[in-house]
Amino acid sequence: MIRKLHSHIGSLQATLWTLIVAPTTWAVHFLFSYLWAAVYCAKTGQFAEEPLVYWVGTGLALLVIAISGYIAVIQSRVPGDPAPHEHSTESDRLRFIAYSTMLLAGLSFIGVIFTAAPVLILEDCR
Amino acid sequence: MGSRNTLSHLAKPIVSGAGLALLSGCNRHQSALAPFGEDAAAIEHLTIVMVVGAVVIAIALALLMRWAVKSPEGSLTLISGERLIVILGAILPAVLLLGLLVYSLPQMRPHPVEAADLKIDVTGEQFWWRVRYAPPGGEPVISANAIRIPVGRTVLFRLTASDVVHSFWIPGLAGKMDMIPGRVNELPVKATKPGVYRGQCTEFCGLSHAWMAFEVVAMEPAAFDRWLAAERRPAKPIDGRGRALFASYGCGGCHAIGGTDQSGTVGPDLTHIAARRSIGAGALPVTQDALVRFIRASSEVKPGSRMPAFPQMSEGDARDIARYLGELR
Repeated sequence: MIRKLHSHIGSLQATLWTLIVAPTTWAVHFLFSYLWAAVYCAKTGQFAEEPLVYWVGTGLALLVIAISGYIAVIQSRVPGDPAPHEHSTESDRLRFIAYSTMLLAGLSFIGVIFTAAPVLILEDCR
Repeated sequence: MGSRNTLSHLAKPIVSGAGLALLSGCNRHQSALAPFGEDAAAIEHLTIVMVVGAVVIAIALALLMRWAVKSPEGSLTLISGERLIVILGAILPAVLLLGLLVYSLPQMRPHPVEAADLKIDVTGEQFWWRVRYAPPGGEPVISANAIRIPVGRTVLFRLTASDVVHSFWIPGLAGKMDMIPGRVNELPVKATKPGVYRGQCTEFCGLSHAWMAFEVVAMEPAAFDRWLAAERRPAKPIDGRGRALFASYGCGGCHAIGGTDQSGTVGPDLTHIAARRSIGAGALPVTQDALVRFIRASSEVKPGSRMPAFPQMSEGDARDIARYLGELR
């Protein structure tokens, strides 16, 4: 089952569009954090006791980034041309984009956590 | 040779200058390193943790660099080198920074403020502080250029400005808060140690910015309540030449003195001026000579101050007014 999934993922296209999925999610989550806090504070006058919507939004962002990273990890290990993987062949191109996607996914994952931490720990509208 | 001589000549003043600058940090009167409030204590603690953390990371990095430079080529395989970069260059910093973030964020939570807590409105003016105590359920008390707070109780400062941006900072009590015209910024604090401290304007606001300071007296709660009740009453009515001169020179156009018909609001309230520890917002001590000097030529003491000079006022008149003010306790 897992092997089948991996071989399916390995056959997926990795493009510049898939590369920016994780950072875009991070950016959208960043905007969501500000909007959520501003709207909630403006409407209720105080910080939410249990910010369920924010938890769900953050969880969703982390899930999307994790999936993007997981796909990238598998793609970056697709067997192909011998190392170093720096030639203009189809498999080296896939590995390069996949590796970059994986690094960006890691950075975006940390970025989302760092953005969410103040919202969830400070709990203040001031 | 010449440059070495110049260097050794420079070394003494540089070292002694730096030493003096460091020693100035030893005063406990106005120092973030001598906290008397919960917030300043948290800031000090956080600073120590961050500095120690930074030093440890810097030393570890220096040792790693030394090892990287000294070790012969081929000490690491390509794979273990890459692994080292990922662990030390990505995972470790991310974990460390997350740890410091999660540790520091709860300390940034402001104190919860109850409706029954004392509120103190402070307005920054060029170059003094308008102070209004608003105790719960009581009449407000107007004062200026000195702030008293009870130890162990939450106090909410409501900060604003009337002319330009000022900044309110009592280093031993809490962090800085800007005072912005047209906006009220809230700063909840809690003092923990009684004593006399000092606050200072920390946003450049004009010629006498450096002379815009105030004394902070942290008192035991019972003593504070007694003081506030006394502050609400005017000083003992004193009749005399000074009081008449105060009125005839038009001082009441700008200054108020409780219990008299002098009720100006342009300048600081002088009802209990003699009980304060300074005049001119930390510029001069409360002495007869200082009062005379300030009355006749305030802009010599505080350049840019809105109080006009009174060169036509005789020394004798100024002394009488100073004597009158000196009795307003």
